[in-house]
Amino acid sequence: MLVLARKKDEAIVIGDDIEIIITEISEDKVKIGINAPKHLKIFRKELLDQVKEENLQSAGAKVDLEALTKALKR
Amino acid sequence: MKTKTKFFGETEIDENQIISFMEGIPGFPEQKQYIILRDEDSDFIFLQSTEEQNLCFITLPPAAIVGDYSFDLSQETVKKLELKNPEDAMILSILNIPEDFKKMTANLRAPIVINIKNNKGIQELLSDENYNMKHQVFGRDA
Repeated sequence: MLVLARKKDEAIVIGDDIEIIITEISEDKVKIGINAPKHLKIFRKELLDQVKEENLQSAGAKVDLEALTKALKR
Repeated sequence: MKTKTKFFGETEIDENQIISFMEGIPGFPEQKQYIILRDEDSDFIFLQSTEEQNLCFITLPPAAIVGDYSFDLSQETVKKLELKNPEDAMILSILNIPEDFKKMTANLRAPIVINIKNNKGIQELLSDENYNMKHQVFGRDA
């Protein structure tokens, strides 16, 4: 992994059209500004992990379909 | 062809109806082929893996859960699915059904999107923060 040291208001450029700017630094948090083409998806990584977790939970659940269908019909 | 399913035993399926998830579904990267199954007794739509019998997502169309569900699909996904018209997209929300089914939740933030014209599918994570990954299907008071 490439690790670069940056100060506030300094930036990193990735390829031709992605720019990452450090906009604010506090004790345990940095704020990052990102300029990137609109078609690129940018998400906090926890969110992607959460999608995976939801899927695993959904597929792993023991569902009594017959009982569920009956209960919903009532 | 016949395929073994989680909820409906061995079932006859039409090979032309197999949906390809080129990237798999997060958590299940190896399974790339699914089939849609319906059950006349309920509104659920089942997304059954044709490669793994025990892998079947129970889903509902989000419009059945919240009235005014809408979102902008990313350009990247439109391209990947070769989607030409919004009407060609089938949208499903994966349900999480606990033992107490009244606490059932739907993932409205990351819908399954299927191009019904070419049977390509993807799970899309929306940028729209108004939609919840654990949306209570029966409301909070149920």
